[in-house]
Amino acid sequence: MTDLQRTSLFDAHVAAGAKIVPFAGWEMPVEYEGVRAEHLAVRSTCGLFDVSHMGQIDVTGPGSREFLQSILTNDITRIGPGQAQYTLLPDDNGGVIDDLLVYALLDRFLLVVNASNIAPCVERVTSLAPDGVTVVNRSPDVAMLALQGPTWAKALTPIASPQPFSLPYMEATEATVAGVACLVARTGYTGEPGVEIMCPAGDAPAIWDALMAVPDAPVPAGLAARDTLRLEMGYPLYGNELGHDRSPISAGLKWACDLKHGGFPGAERMQREAAEGTPDRLVAILITEKGIPRGGCPVMADGQQVGTVTSGTFSPSLGVGAALAYVSPDHAHVGAKLSIDVRGKEKSAEVTSLPMVDTSPRKEHHS
Amino acid sequence: MSDETYPGDLRYHPEHDWVRVDGDEATFGVTWFAQDALGEVVYYDPPAVGDSVTAGSSYGELESVKAVSDIIAPASGEVIAVNDAVGDTPELVNNDPYGAGWLIKVRLSSASELDALMDESAYRQYLAGLAG
Repeated sequence: MTDLQRTSLFDAHVAAGAKIVPFAGWEMPVEYEGVRAEHLAVRSTCGLFDVSHMGQIDVTGPGSREFLQSILTNDITRIGPGQAQYTLLPDDNGGVIDDLLVYALLDRFLLVVNASNIAPCVERVTSLAPDGVTVVNRSPDVAMLALQGPTWAKALTPIASPQPFSLPYMEATEATVAGVACLVARTGYTGEPGVEIMCPAGDAPAIWDALMAVPDAPVPAGLAARDTLRLEMGYPLYGNELGHDRSPISAGLKWACDLKHGGFPGAERMQREAAEGTPDRLVAILITEKGIPRGGCPVMADGQQVGTVTSGTFSPSLGVGAALAYVSPDHAHVGAKLSIDVRGKEKSAEVTSLPMVDTSPRKEHHS
Repeated sequence: MSDETYPGDLRYHPEHDWVRVDGDEATFGVTWFAQDALGEVVYYDPPAVGDSVTAGSSYGELESVKAVSDIIAPASGEVIAVNDAVGDTPELVNNDPYGAGWLIKVRLSSASELDALMDESAYRQYLAGLAG
């Protein structure tokens, strides 16, 4: 194994009893008390994740917006200063180099990319950047914490100034948290309300410790809960649902691709796929008996394989096996009766709507 | 979760399974180490009563949220009982791996196989070797 990196919060994880695993070149906490408890805490109160392994890339200089518009799928002209947007970085064939959030900030654009894709993203963006546009990989210097769950504001109140609670979803602001100058964004990967907090790497432990000391402290939550939470929401994960082998269209991400204007790499393919359909489509599936689907399990209908599971787990919220899978269009509708071949045993299953867990009716608690 | 224990009246298989022998019958389960490595168990796929199990081979599966693990039979025989309580409440394997979290009862077909298994101190030494 090559050298694994540690985030500045490694000691905090060990002190909190984390089980540490290698992930994307990092030694990361996979769980603390247990994935189910952490998952349910994020759905009912709030949890704190270390996502410092993710990448931050600054793009600056005149023409940055036009440049990013020419290489990313979404319409970046729709966001103004302080706003974030989900978008994809396509390769020349319309495959996916990464999915990411782009932030329009006062002095720069910030790309927040997956840990495993920092190098390919930096390489791609740098190689296409015109004169005058500067691309800087700030990942090693930036830590990121995700405070997620309906009581996130209660946890943040005692240590944040100004209090960023009126911040709309997908917007970011500068704030001081536990005495540290941060970028606080109303973003996340759990489906719950919450914030992601970016700060200088060395300052992350002060924020972590301060959050853990407030009266309504979050529970430390690991990568395992992060994965089950995102799966319940149907959020794609690069390497499972997204990759160079398919465009964003079959993943249901047409909404994040500005096909009307096009102009980015692979746009023609995506326009064609959006009009003519794709050989398979991403759906969410729940097992209707006991059993847990896993990535790679065949999806069956009438004795024929009609698809493949890309992510599968036990859903802590629903108490059943849940999967994301690519299936043929004939079966890609809510209510379609399927089965999943789990190591030789066919388990009854049904295509379900997304999100699998409805987080919308719950109110955020601001005090 | 339970505290780390390895009772002295059990015998242990290197795949982290235990056996409690009572005459020609035996109870099988997984060790504290196994359940700790797996994490919170959320699903138990047991064999059927009447199935044959073979020493060193899988007789069922335990799954946590993140992983699936074959359960290895420490000895051969015929399944005479399955712990349905674990099917309904899989975390019994975590909370009480040597008691309420037992998995199957077996009529042993070859008692001499038990001689190949480890006692508590040998298993603890084996675990220490894995950690090193």
